[in-house]
Amino acid sequence: MEKVEDQNPQQEEDQVVNPWEVSAKDGGKIDYDKLIDKFGCQRLDQSFVDRVQRLTSRPPHVFLRRGVFFAHRDFNDILDAYERGQKFYLYTGRGPSSEALHLGHLIPFMFTKYLQDAFKVPLVIQLTDDEKCMWKNLSVEESQRLARENAKDIIACGFDISKTFIFSDFDYVGGAFYKNMVKVAKCVTYNKVVGIFGFTGEDHIGKVSFPPVQAVPSFPSSFPHLFSGKDDLRCLIPCAIDQDPYFRMTRDVAPRIGYHKPALIESLFFPALQGETGKMSASDPNSAIYVTDSAKDIKYKVNKHAFTGGQETIEKHRQYGANLEVDIPIKYLNFFLEDDVELEHIKKAYGAGRMLTGEVKKRLIEVLTEIVERHRRARAAVTDEMVDAFMAVRPLPNMFD
Amino acid sequence: MAYSKDQLLARLKELQIEFSQYEHPVVLTVEAQAKYVGNLGGALSKNLFLKDKKHRYYVVSALADTKVDLKVLSQRLGLGKGGLRMAAEEALVEILKVPLGCVTPFAVVNESARHVSLLLDQGFKAQEYCFFHPLSNDMSISLNAHCLDKFLKSIGRDPSYVDLEANPPVGKDQPPDLAAFVPSDAPILSDLPVKAPTQDSTGKHVSAASNSAVVAAKAIKPSGNAQNVKEKPVNTVQPSIPAADAGNFVEELLDRASALLLSEISEDSIKQHSGQLGAEVANNIKKCLREDLKNLATIFKNTAYTEGFYAGTRYQPKRL
Repeated sequence: MEKVEDQNPQQEEDQVVNPWEVSAKDGGKIDYDKLIDKFGCQRLDQSFVDRVQRLTSRPPHVFLRRGVFFAHRDFNDILDAYERGQKFYLYTGRGPSSEALHLGHLIPFMFTKYLQDAFKVPLVIQLTDDEKCMWKNLSVEESQRLARENAKDIIACGFDISKTFIFSDFDYVGGAFYKNMVKVAKCVTYNKVVGIFGFTGEDHIGKVSFPPVQAVPSFPSSFPHLFSGKDDLRCLIPCAIDQDPYFRMTRDVAPRIGYHKPALIESLFFPALQGETGKMSASDPNSAIYVTDSAKDIKYKVNKHAFTGGQETIEKHRQYGANLEVDIPIKYLNFFLEDDVELEHIKKAYGAGRMLTGEVKKRLIEVLTEIVERHRRARAAVTDEMVDAFMAVRPLPNMFD
Repeated sequence: MAYSKDQLLARLKELQIEFSQYEHPVVLTVEAQAKYVGNLGGALSKNLFLKDKKHRYYVVSALADTKVDLKVLSQRLGLGKGGLRMAAEEALVEILKVPLGCVTPFAVVNESARHVSLLLDQGFKAQEYCFFHPLSNDMSISLNAHCLDKFLKSIGRDPSYVDLEANPPVGKDQPPDLAAFVPSDAPILSDLPVKAPTQDSTGKHVSAASNSAVVAAKAIKPSGNAQNVKEKPVNTVQPSIPAADAGNFVEELLDRASALLLSEISEDSIKQHSGQLGAEVANNIKKCLREDLKNLATIFKNTAYTEGFYAGTRYQPKRL
């Protein structure tokens, strides 16, 4: 029986991590070990990374190598089944609350694309426009519009249209999907959902009844046009660790309605430029690198706003070296610099004081600019017709090829 | 080749866009226009055709009593303080294909106006209907902003409304809020060879296009290859379905491979590897380009699939 967190997350907890709020204790760093312990998921250790490499015959993704995706639930089951020739499908999503996407938003999508390519499996992407309409008080039209705009950036991450179905809740909820929603809803008491998500008597009923919407894409029968006859198909959900509550609830319900529990593979939070006190915020343009930033913007933001662990003077720096624990450029390079050897070299030299903050920042600017530029070009090739095609309810005959 | 008033009206009817038309003697100013259609309940529009120092053009269409300050607009577009001025009459005729006194948002239907940026007053949305010239000064048509949007979308334009009277501060920490409206000059000016992703990508290439990536996707109608340089004569009446062009795709792949190849072969690398240089370079090219080329191929595949999908949704089943 796995540990299910029942306490109201706001009560007597030091750090707060849930789908709508992420903050560390006393403005410090997020303690991921504590989080894993509290949530009850597992660490993803090196043996998994090696196993993935063996099974997919290609180098593991940089996020796996660097421990960006660091926790999981039942990923070993997925790999065991895969080894036996049983495929799975991927499920991830986005809450379209703003048009401005930053690099932190892209991380699960970049990783999911790698999983799709490496394991050759289909993917469903949920755009929770209804959730944002409810939580952020957007109009229905605006949340639908944002969903379509965000879909373009998601598509630009390079998903294969012959294996990917993107849907927005306002468009798709109904039919088999809704039937599963009701099945899930019947299994979760009001008290339970209050315990998991911290709802209060003041919250409107839309919020209270939303969790099943995010739960049921984990069940293949929610997508009869894709997986009809494949009720046994497993689901793997790459997401950031703050989404864990939804899926704890889902995993609790799944066996009761006769479905496999979905497996999860979870990532760290991408730190804000100003330092590791929580998530990047879409409302503060200087806390993040946006996919629409120009090379000039990136240079400015990294140089002026990135929190560094360098010493105050060059002499002190040469003597003591940089504090890698808090240095944001090093953390960002950890996410995005592909070359393991080069990263090691930079960490050693910077930590010893041989390399200066300016040089590290310069390298980071190069790396980020390349990523943003590549994304921007891919985004320019995405048309409304392509979005329509990705979002059309259509069969995907080659989804496992 | 210019779109005529009759063609426009026919097209609006075809798209089932609701509008009313009023003929009157030729008018050159809003005041004159008001004499004939000012009492019909709708809002008159004033339309400016502007250009900036880099020969980029803008149509600013506003309610007649909206105050449009060119200095403020110029800053909000990121063109500096005196960056905008009224375009010359010749440009009006050549680019918008309309006579003097006839600037109208409908003029962007012309092929020659593909790169003209269109700014619409958000005040239009609050009006029941607004008056515009349908490519000729001897007529005014009135329609709701929503209907104008329908038309603009049908020609591949993204209707965006702006608060033209707003005067937000523009500075280091506040980027120009209308920068996305500055046309990207990619298709005409860039016959630059495609560079492999280099370490020293400069700001110029990126900043011109990065903010207008969304605008560019509509206004330029790129083909499957994101770096499209080929122009295709497009019938502006049909929605834009960019084609997956195998030729462009291959050119892009070859450009990247050869750029990387050239950078790999230097005096140093020749000295270092001599006879093994070939194998060494081949390996490096594969390593560096593998992911990039796969991404390009995926974009190509997605574009081709979209073309097929679009055609499929309009397929007419065989008659039995």
